[in-house]
Amino acid sequence: MKRAIIVSLRGAFFATKQSLRTGRLLRAWSRYARSARYSTIALAMTLVILASCAPMNLNAPAPVYDTGVDPNAWATIPAGSFLEGQFDHPASIDYDYQMMVTDVTVAQYVDFLNKALADGTLKVDGDRIVGYYPGDEFHGAKHEIHIDAGDYIIVPTNDPASRFTFGGNKFTVKTGWENHPMTNVSWFGAWTYCGYNGWRLPTELEWEKAARGSGDDRPFPWGYDIARNNANFYSSRDPFEDMSAFGSRTTPVGFYNGQTYGSYVTLNSASPYGLYDMAGNVWQWIGDVLPGFSDRFMHGGSKDIYDMDLRIWVRNSATPTYYSPGVGFRCARNP
Amino acid sequence: MQFIKDRFNYLFKSTKGLILVAIALIGLETALFGMLSGPMAEFGVRDVIVRVFKMDLIQAEREGRIIILYHSIAMAVIAIETYMITGLLKMKEFYKTAVRVLITVGYLFAMIFGMGFAYWGHNWALHGLYIAGLTLIFFAGVLLTIALWPWDKNYYQSDKSYARTKSGVDMERAAFFATALTTVISALFGAVPGSYYSNGFETFLAENVIRLPEKTAMQYSVIGHLHIMLALIAIMLTLIIGRWLNFKGILHKIAMPLIILGTIVINLGVWGVVTPLEPIAHMIIYVGATPAMLGALMLVIFGWDKFIREGVAGIQKPGSWQKFKALLHDPLRFGPLWQMVFMNFTVSGIGIFYAVRLDEIFRMWPHREERIELTGHWHVLSAIIATIILLYYGDVIGLKGKLRKLYGWAIILLSDLAFASVTIFETKRLFISEATQQPLVNTVMVLMDFGLGMLLVVLAMVMVWRLLDLFKKKGRWMAEAEHELSEEVK
Repeated sequence: MKRAIIVSLRGAFFATKQSLRTGRLLRAWSRYARSARYSTIALAMTLVILASCAPMNLNAPAPVYDTGVDPNAWATIPAGSFLEGQFDHPASIDYDYQMMVTDVTVAQYVDFLNKALADGTLKVDGDRIVGYYPGDEFHGAKHEIHIDAGDYIIVPTNDPASRFTFGGNKFTVKTGWENHPMTNVSWFGAWTYCGYNGWRLPTELEWEKAARGSGDDRPFPWGYDIARNNANFYSSRDPFEDMSAFGSRTTPVGFYNGQTYGSYVTLNSASPYGLYDMAGNVWQWIGDVLPGFSDRFMHGGSKDIYDMDLRIWVRNSATPTYYSPGVGFRCARNP
Repeated sequence: MQFIKDRFNYLFKSTKGLILVAIALIGLETALFGMLSGPMAEFGVRDVIVRVFKMDLIQAEREGRIIILYHSIAMAVIAIETYMITGLLKMKEFYKTAVRVLITVGYLFAMIFGMGFAYWGHNWALHGLYIAGLTLIFFAGVLLTIALWPWDKNYYQSDKSYARTKSGVDMERAAFFATALTTVISALFGAVPGSYYSNGFETFLAENVIRLPEKTAMQYSVIGHLHIMLALIAIMLTLIIGRWLNFKGILHKIAMPLIILGTIVINLGVWGVVTPLEPIAHMIIYVGATPAMLGALMLVIFGWDKFIREGVAGIQKPGSWQKFKALLHDPLRFGPLWQMVFMNFTVSGIGIFYAVRLDEIFRMWPHREERIELTGHWHVLSAIIATIILLYYGDVIGLKGKLRKLYGWAIILLSDLAFASVTIFETKRLFISEATQQPLVNTVMVLMDFGLGMLLVVLAMVMVWRLLDLFKKKGRWMAEAEHELSEEVK
């Protein structure tokens, strides 16, 4: 920026000097105008580039809302057929199962971390919490990585983007984020949480049926079209988002239930079985382990992507050690 | 009536007119459909466009729509290249006319009926006409390949300063022939799975299946098809630019065999993905890409050397600065070669880095991050190809003086600003975390949109000027109708 100003001033100086010397004011002015134009462009570009270096406040204050949706509630999904995937292939699940009505919250997960750390299920390993996983069978497929039995990351302890803090032996929820979905949790962290409570991660088929229901071929849990106040996605303009500063952030679980928060009106976006946030907010880890494929799938889209990726059948995948502020999970169980 | 007849003859019978129509249609299509995604969707522009134009966008059919959109633009680009080839190279008049008629009707059908089918409800008659358009383009390709047959003695090269065999076969024509032939064959690698997947509408985008551990031959075929078609369009454009700049001499003699060899080997590698050779297909592609890119490098060296020599002619002992000024003197001639060099930073370099560090870096990212990288990679390559065509087009329409410089530099600088921003965006995870990326994302988005937006504005200004020119009795179009590209080889 400084340089651009100097260039601009230098242009003005030389132009004035020239005009005094030659008396050809018009020509000098034209040169100055050109110089000033280039300088203005340079100045604008510099400002734009400097904006990208602006520090980000990851803990910028967020509004606190009670959605009224109980994160301890479960929905029962009855056995039966439904249309699976983008191309509506007939599929069937021949047993009843239950899924959490919301994503696992930060408060719920922090409770688990404290309990599991105390009873030795989890351990501190440097700047991460680790837990045991019995390993996957290795098939030697292309790009497959070894996942042997051993300890794997559950959550990082010092990531500033996490919505909890770790004081050496105790986890605490950052104020205001209690009812937001747990993020920065690896697949191992999600798998361990569900297993610790006697539950499991849903299979891909279970997740899809829970999101879509069995009545039709809807692309979104609530129906066929998506509006900005249906779900939390990139630039959906919810009260937790500021695209000019920190970008998109999570909304409390069950936020899109038809309530009005301040002046922000949400649409009731529950799935046919009453599950919230099955599209948007955070990607949800899926339990399936495919032979020869080390990645784990995620569904539902997140606060960080465009609406098209919120369609029920859209898959994401990552290594099971991956964690991010845009990835969470919910559990399933047999009734 | 004569008024319309004259304009029609210019627009649909002359090389320059045909190119103008295709560029105008691509510009319109890009401007309109570019508003349906990315930041335009974010700003709410998409919703307005959908409402105003009464589009029918079914969520489950997004992938199919996009595939038709890509194809309709690509077909117009292939048509432009075909007009250039038929305008630059010698061939029988019958072939020239037949190829042009087929490809023009073909791309117009593909564009108009394809987009009608994809975005305005599913009228299957439109789909049929879209397929008919693609078929006509395929036949045009077959005819063009026949027309380019290099072993016809009428087309032997007698001038020894060009690459030729001992018997006189023109190696440059052979390179055009090899590229056209492999393009026609590679089109089948899209046509076969295309008819398979669209039968029931189970379409997919290649970047969405890239991580599947087990891919079918049909899926591999689609992935191979999109890579090779873009590569062949780029190789053909390199040959076209070489002809326009009258590429010759020792570098020409080295480059042409390299391009022929590279083109054939790359194609063998890509075709190999649907055979048991799949595990080593990538290696074959690298082996082919190296000579092809070396051939392009020869053209860049030749061209830049030529511009400098021409620019300093008359100066007894030119200094480095004078040579540098001479190199940059004409952006329309410097630009295409510069864009080929710039492509190495934004496409080839990134692609090679990606391939080399796939398991260590990129497969550690989530699939959606990898998808951004892949999509950015080929969008930049496609757009670079478009800018090279636009730079050549600036010369074709005879831009001179300040306007020539302004148009040329605007295209180079605005597009490179956008491409550099896309490159930063697609590789951002290498140097910034997801949680702290927003300011960087905002900046590169602004630069990207500014670069591409202004580029479209420049193009729109040229198109409006050309449209107004058509209403003049003795406009520029009259002179253009008479001139052939081969007469303007520099």
